[in-house]
Amino acid sequence: MSRTIVIDPVTRLEGHGKITLQLDEAGVVQDAMFHVTQLRGFEKFCEGRPFYEMPNITARVCGICPVSHLIASSKACDAILAVRIPPVAANLRRVLNLAQLIQSHALSFFYLSSPDLLLGMDAPPEQRNILHLAHAHPSIAADGVALRQFGQRVIELLAGRRIHPGWTVPGGVNEPLSAEKRDRILEMIPAAVAAIRRTQGWFRGAVQKFSAEIEVFANFPTLFMGMIDDRGLAEYYDGSLRVIDSEGNIIAGELEPARYAEYIGEATESFTYMKFPYYKPLGYPGGTYRVGPLARLNLAGRCDTPLADEEWRAFRAMSPRPLLSSFHYHQARLIEMLHAAEKMERLLADKEILDKHVRATASVNSLEGVGVAEAPRGTLIHHYKVDENGLIVWANLVIATGHNNAAMNRGILQTARHYVQGDQVKEGMLNRVEAVVRTFDPCLSCSTHAMGQMPLTVEVRAPDGSLVREVRRG
Amino acid sequence: MSAEANIRTLTIDEVDVSARADQTILEAAREHNIEIPTLCHLEGLSEVGACRLCLVQVKGARRLLPACVTRVEEGMEVTTHSPRIDRYRTMVLELFFAERNHVCSVCVANGNCELQTLALRLGMTHVEMPYQYPQLPVDASHPRFTVDHNRCVLCTRCVRVCGEIEGANTWGVMGRGAQSLVITDLKEPWGESETCTSCGKCVQVCPTGALFEKSRAGMRAQKHPEFLPYLRIMREGEQQ
Repeated sequence: MSRTIVIDPVTRLEGHGKITLQLDEAGVVQDAMFHVTQLRGFEKFCEGRPFYEMPNITARVCGICPVSHLIASSKACDAILAVRIPPVAANLRRVLNLAQLIQSHALSFFYLSSPDLLLGMDAPPEQRNILHLAHAHPSIAADGVALRQFGQRVIELLAGRRIHPGWTVPGGVNEPLSAEKRDRILEMIPAAVAAIRRTQGWFRGAVQKFSAEIEVFANFPTLFMGMIDDRGLAEYYDGSLRVIDSEGNIIAGELEPARYAEYIGEATESFTYMKFPYYKPLGYPGGTYRVGPLARLNLAGRCDTPLADEEWRAFRAMSPRPLLSSFHYHQARLIEMLHAAEKMERLLADKEILDKHVRATASVNSLEGVGVAEAPRGTLIHHYKVDENGLIVWANLVIATGHNNAAMNRGILQTARHYVQGDQVKEGMLNRVEAVVRTFDPCLSCSTHAMGQMPLTVEVRAPDGSLVREVRRG
Repeated sequence: MSAEANIRTLTIDEVDVSARADQTILEAAREHNIEIPTLCHLEGLSEVGACRLCLVQVKGARRLLPACVTRVEEGMEVTTHSPRIDRYRTMVLELFFAERNHVCSVCVANGNCELQTLALRLGMTHVEMPYQYPQLPVDASHPRFTVDHNRCVLCTRCVRVCGEIEGANTWGVMGRGAQSLVITDLKEPWGESETCTSCGKCVQVCPTGALFEKSRAGMRAQKHPEFLPYLRIMREGEQQ
């Protein structure tokens, strides 16, 4: 008899999700589905609101990455004002975005994934958490906490508070940076860089134990998409979008972010509230692509800071082609954190960063605006249409996690086929199914702009639909 | 009538105070540094007694009375704080919050809002009435200002300042009860109002984020209603 395994909720993710594994008569996994079970409706209830409230409203999509939404939203509002914001405002937003990248990557790597990496995929579930990690590897956990704190502290110094700051506004930012605050941020950077270097050190050793996982953790060809600057180097705030194939060929070099609708389509499936964006010229699901740290490091010419470039070269030297296993997202995250810390230092070292002219003002000059930036998890798109008074008449948010949806579903199937076999379903096998999702660091509350309760479920179901096994935690 | 005959003596919170006969309990209390919360009251404007936050207990009166429109009387015994009064005030505040869509986190007035400040000061921790979630329009047709009825508490400060100080009488109230709306002219879009002088006084006196300057959105804009008494004194001086 065929069966279904349910993992519900899937733990150590941001948001609530569930995995269903469909087994055939012989107990072989036939299909896997990743369900995001919430709906929030931000795009709808924003209608009628003045556009300049959008940064603050959409920041509430997420408590982890409010800054990413603030930035994409502020950029969409800049486009509605049709102004060129002061260069210092753009650089201040850049620093804020990089601080966000560091704190979010630290959360994903240390709090959510490092228990698997350090304690083992088969460690007892009650031990696979940051608290037990702090007990078993106190200095590593301390680095994780310190890095997250560093990112959050920079956000607080720049923007006034750690979560949902209101500092980025249409046209720029609402307050210039003081020399005192700049110096305080600069003082903290060396310790952050040292913590990232230590982490890279132990990760190099730890990763050796995961060659089996690397083989089957969403290890397949897809396209990759991410932002680059005008030199083709990694960029997180403003640039063009590049799409490469799994061989590393650039299939679209400099896509205009504002015209995303021409090359990104959004498919839907009945089993989840999360949409499936795809690269339009190749259709769905052929145009499946991945975004985020792995994609960005696969497609960029390099990072553009000395230490990060060194790490990037070693990373890319692992394969003549783009790295295809999503397990490498972990290492990519560490390289990006290093790059972010170095880049922040460079931006803050520029005297111009203290310039007092930080905001351009205008009224509605364009009835439509698109804002695109790289969030920690990948490309984030905000698109608004307004009436002549600036009230929102239509909004569309394409969220970083959504871009990875098709790849995540395929990755779950690949991992489950390898590890989940018939009657002998062990907890550690199911944990690997969850762990492949964690490599993408999905933010499910963002992806559906949803509301509800947290955590994720795995279900194993028979062909007749009967439930064989359900793992529910959290 | 002699000056002395114009003086009334009374007690407020068991403190002996004296006040002119034409003063209200609120004025007498504030002159003696006795705090009574208010929302629709604003120094420099006439009183309407609309918000009911200044309710006080007067010995011999069965109902609580609004301090802003109740004149002092000889021998009055006024209590400004008691469990009953506090309960009424919190309930009034809860009614304000439940009636429209006051979402502080995304409001332009967050941190500079009199309604928010009162809720904090009076210790309003919950809203026990069901929220009404009315679907109210936002009028952003004026080039400089926006009115968001979702955040309006119908204090009518805008109506009074426009009529009494600016003399434009652009603002008025239409409808009844919870359905009331402040309107410009005969409910024309604000941007099309022929009487509005775009002076911005209504924005400065609005206690919440219902009226705000577009260019200040996201700037944690502070409002400055304190100019009113001076403006009034200057105007009266010119007329004499």
